[in-house]
Amino acid sequence: MAEKWTGANLGFNISIATALLLLPSLAWAHVEQGQAAGFFTGMEHPWSGLDHILAMIAVGLWGAQLGSPALWVLPIAFPMMMTVGAMMGLMGIPVPGVEVGIALSAVLLGLMVLCEARPKLPISVMLVGFFAIFHGHAHGTELPPGQSGLLYSMGFVIGTGLLHGVGILIGLLHRFSFGRIVLRGAGAFILGMGCFFFWQAVT
Amino acid sequence: MKRGCIQRTGALVLGVLGVIFLLPAAAFAHLVTTGMGPVYDGIGHLLLTPEDLVPVIALSLYCGMRGARAGRYAMFMLPLAWLLGGLVGLNLDLDVTIPVPALSFLLLGGLIAADANLPDQLIGPMTVMIGLLHGVFNGLVLKSGPGGPALLGIMGALFVLVALMSAFVVSLERPWTRIVVRVMGSWVAASGMLMIGWYFRGQLS
Repeated sequence: MAEKWTGANLGFNISIATALLLLPSLAWAHVEQGQAAGFFTGMEHPWSGLDHILAMIAVGLWGAQLGSPALWVLPIAFPMMMTVGAMMGLMGIPVPGVEVGIALSAVLLGLMVLCEARPKLPISVMLVGFFAIFHGHAHGTELPPGQSGLLYSMGFVIGTGLLHGVGILIGLLHRFSFGRIVLRGAGAFILGMGCFFFWQAVT
Repeated sequence: MKRGCIQRTGALVLGVLGVIFLLPAAAFAHLVTTGMGPVYDGIGHLLLTPEDLVPVIALSLYCGMRGARAGRYAMFMLPLAWLLGGLVGLNLDLDVTIPVPALSFLLLGGLIAADANLPDQLIGPMTVMIGLLHGVFNGLVLKSGPGGPALLGIMGALFVLVALMSAFVVSLERPWTRIVVRVMGSWVAASGMLMIGWYFRGQLS
């Protein structure tokens, strides 16, 4: 028998949501209020720079072009390696040419999407992982004072994952013939923007 | 019918936990006071402490991926180990500097992301170890507040959480749903890696 979402279910969900809204908010007026802000600060951080946004969406687009398993392996590899870069930044391990690396990530990932390149999975994972280190090193360490490192980290990773998700959603167009052209056009746009970022980084 | 019910309940629990997680939590090292007694303070402490809550969810997801047997094992062993660790912590006076929550994030998130097929002989001790370690930390914190009764609240919350989350994952049949769980695991591992960076911030420069 098929399960249906009935009016009773909806009412139940609304009452749960209302009950949650009525929960006493703890510590709004106290110093710990930054703890919650840490999550949102981290989550919005990847969305705050166009270079970041384009590179991460490109990862999702490329994954969608490549299909399974790259579709989900690339968006797993990027945040993992990004946090390695962030960890290096936090520990004080220098990574030379971070801004150039970020710009090159947009250039190369845009090129991959434009050409609909199909390297072997380990090569595409290594490419994505390598550039993720630069993104993490540049942006993963920017925790505002008074906020929770843990919640910031989680927000940062989830925000990055959601950007990949946006890329994958757009990449669903790949199943249509006009969609493939649109995706390659998006790759060309990312490549062009990457060149612009590169020019900015070296001048 | 049953499976659909489990999936709906699991989705509901995930949603509620998501909302609770976004609520402004009153700190990690401090106690949550619900005003409803120590047992509820313990429940509140677990639900509003991401350092404990996320590893519990991750362990439940992993055990669910490994099947009903592993889920059942975790459902009983984790609360008991947590209680034991908590009782030890209540009687200890330690200033712990090891990033245990970060290591839990990394280990459990990595296992989920890799869909690692650990044998039951390893899942059991790992569950007990995580319960003991997090329990000790909880005991150290609870010592200055509600004390032992709060551990009972934590135990109950753990039992319910592990049961629901593991059953939810066990009930997932479509391959893409398992991939979603693995992606969530990678996020947990990545957060753990970043937490380790925060612990050792600036020490190598």
